[in-house]
Amino acid sequence: MSVQALRAGALATAVTAPSSALAEWGVNLPEGVTSISNTIYDIHMWVFWICVVIGVGVFLAILWSVLAYRHSKGAKPAHFHENTTVEIIWTVIPFLILIMMAIPATGTLVDMYDTSDAEMEIKVTGYQWRWQYEYMDEDISFFSSADTPRDAERNLIEKTEDYKYSVDNPLVLPVDTKIRFLITSNDVIHSWWVPEFGWKQDAIPGFINKNWTKIEEPGTYYGLCAELCGQGHSDMPIEVKAVPKDEYREWVAEQTGDDG
Amino acid sequence: MSSVADAHAADHHDHGPAKGIGRWLFTTNHKDIGTMYLVFSFAMFLAGGAMAMIIRAELFQPGLQMVEPAFFNQMTTMHGLVMIFGAVMPAFVGLANWMIPLMVGAPDMALPRMNNWSFWLLVTGSLILMSTLFMDGGAPNFGWTAYAPLSTTYGPDSTTFFIFSVHILGISSIMGAINVIATIINMRAPGMTLMKMPMFVWTWLITAFLLIAVLPVLAGAVTMLLMDIHFGTAFFDAAGGGDPVLYQHIFWFFGHPEVYILILPAFGIISQIIPTFSRKPLFGYTSMVYATAAIAILSFLVWSHHMFTVGLPLPGELFFMYATMIIAVPTGVKIFNWITTMFRGSISFETPMLFAIGFVVLFTVGGLSGVMLAIAPADFQYHDTYFVVAHFHYVLIPGAIYGIFASVYYWLPKWSGRMYSEALGKAHFWLSFIGLNIAFFPMHFLGLAGMPRRYADYPIQFANFNQVSTIGAFLFGASQLLLVFIVYRAVKNGPKADAKPWEGAEGLEWTVPSPAPYHTFEQPPRVD
Ligand code: HEM
Ligand SMILES: [Cu+2]
Ligand SMILES: [Cu+2]
Repeated sequence: MSVQALRAGALATAVTAPSSALAEWGVNLPEGVTSISNTIYDIHMWVFWICVVIGVGVFLAILWSVLAYRHSKGAKPAHFHENTTVEIIWTVIPFLILIMMAIPATGTLVDMYDTSDAEMEIKVTGYQWRWQYEYMDEDISFFSSADTPRDAERNLIEKTEDYKYSVDNPLVLPVDTKIRFLITSNDVIHSWWVPEFGWKQDAIPGFINKNWTKIEEPGTYYGLCAELCGQGHSDMPIEVKAVPKDEYREWVAEQTGDDG
Repeated sequence: MSSVADAHAADHHDHGPAKGIGRWLFTTNHKDIGTMYLVFSFAMFLAGGAMAMIIRAELFQPGLQMVEPAFFNQMTTMHGLVMIFGAVMPAFVGLANWMIPLMVGAPDMALPRMNNWSFWLLVTGSLILMSTLFMDGGAPNFGWTAYAPLSTTYGPDSTTFFIFSVHILGISSIMGAINVIATIINMRAPGMTLMKMPMFVWTWLITAFLLIAVLPVLAGAVTMLLMDIHFGTAFFDAAGGGDPVLYQHIFWFFGHPEVYILILPAFGIISQIIPTFSRKPLFGYTSMVYATAAIAILSFLVWSHHMFTVGLPLPGELFFMYATMIIAVPTGVKIFNWITTMFRGSISFETPMLFAIGFVVLFTVGGLSGVMLAIAPADFQYHDTYFVVAHFHYVLIPGAIYGIFASVYYWLPKWSGRMYSEALGKAHFWLSFIGLNIAFFPMHFLGLAGMPRRYADYPIQFANFNQVSTIGAFLFGASQLLLVFIVYRAVKNGPKADAKPWEGAEGLEWTVPSPAPYHTFEQPPRVD
């Protein structure tokens, strides 16, 4: 059978089969597993609800205007076209609302920029299309590439839950440790993003960006490259295994032991 | 009046349109040129829309079904470029050509030959851009933002043609802008002071200054790309001592004012239409003018909000966050003014008004998600996700595109002398409205849940909303074909339109017959 026919068949099954039961209806940011990601989530929700309130107010005002003053119901137009008082009010009040958003945002940003006192450092380098992780305090360094089967991409086999997420060598990190990331690139710009940590940071050739995290819960956390970097852009996922500190030390010993 | 026209005809033999193709090739008539701009931009809108359909079809399901990622990236890039430079900007220039002389009581644009030249440069630039699709190595594939070094060291060969087309399109737009400014400053009818100008004229005047200010910056940015590619410079190449982030600063110094170029004329259109169908004068005309100017000035101070994750120093982040948030204030003023114009009016819901109300409602959604994006710490999550795609489509489609649709329905009677079918116009509005929301609202969820933009394939967790979005996108896309039919039918055999088909309309454009004669206001009207 030709490749085309195979593909056509795969496409037909893919289209007719109900969309995977594993798919979700997630609608919001994750709260995440670090204090920064939690604060970002809180600001996000705070600003979101303010926007909802403003939006609902605006929509009600529009709805009222279009329903109450219909030409077809014989409405007679008024002729006012200016009112300095209301114009001042609706300039000043939004300004005050913005200040209420800016204050927590400023505090969080200051915390995010405080990369001091890190207990360990990881250097992340973007390549077309994989990541390299270097443990600056240990003699550990490896590449981490997507291991999504090509056949799953071509709809020839069932897609698993970690489709487009899983990698061959996950980044292993200890929990409850302040980790500084040094992020750069070897070719084009990429962006290293794990939503559960609350941030993405661009990986730029020739420059080293800094950010930090302190993971509070062990677990596996996925992320994706967030800056267009060529045809493999959707093909360089991130998988982080956060483990308790002692387990992490065992893992390090294993790695360095193996490497001799 | 007719004796004046006759006397005038005596010393001009070329009074009516020329015959044949020459009329269109060599025309210096603002109405002909306006029509050509509008038709051309609509063709580009359909081309860009077809690319969007390819994108959405591929994203209907996880996996690679229709196209390879390499081609997918060409589609996103070309879709963005074609929509911005081929559809929205030229459509606004077309509207400016048709309406500014009619609204300020001028016989034509101030620089009619340059007007012709700028249109044909637009066609040339667009054809060069489109031709890249057929080149070896494919079309530009680095996103409409063309970040270096993906667009330089790693770009396809067609990048050079992309740069050249940006130059030509930029020259064309600058000529258009110069023409608009010269017309508005010099050719207003006696008595039409600046503060008596219709809002559409005001917003276009401000837009024209923005164009002149920032298009040369874009030209500079892409010229540096060109030099990096061909002449051994290293402006954006770190290995040669350059800085890739410098490109982003220059690009967005153009790019943010550019997004206001794409919206301010639409603000003007909405400010014409809402008073007409509310039968009540625009509320806060003066504050509308100042708000537009404030937005334009602030738009030069916020460019790095597109770059919150590139590693800006903390004070930089804070400055750009605060400056961006402040833009929400004059934008809010505009929304409140439109609503207050409707408040206690006498409102009817002809198609232009439906699109105008749709504009106010949906632009508010896009504006509010814009406020969220301005919050720098949260933008470390939102940036470069589908949340951003949702945001800018909520401002571009209900903003720019609805503004253009509204003005087509509003002024078509003046242009063609014919009325469109109100029932079909309403159907077009509702189908577009429903399709747009089904297509783009779920993108907010996708982005927040973690789906990056410019992805050809994605984890299955995003499958459901992508499916919904694609269905909406096809509904939206298909309903645009209805517009072609509506306009065609109206122009062919719609009922004759009065000089002033809208009861509540005001302004000089309604004092000339429908269709507007080939030459209007050869004697300037008096405004008092
Ligand atoms: C016909 C309805 C439209 C649909 C279904 C649509 C769909 C899309 C989608 C899915 C993307 C994201 C592609 C990706 O990140 O992989 C996109 C990007 C974009 N769209 Fe649209 N779009 C439409 C109309 C428009 C219009 C009218 C404009 C401008 C006025 C526009 C401007 C853009 C821009 C600037 C981008 C970013 C391109 C880039 O990432 O470089 N779109 N569109
Ligand atoms: Cu990437
Ligand atoms: Cu911007």
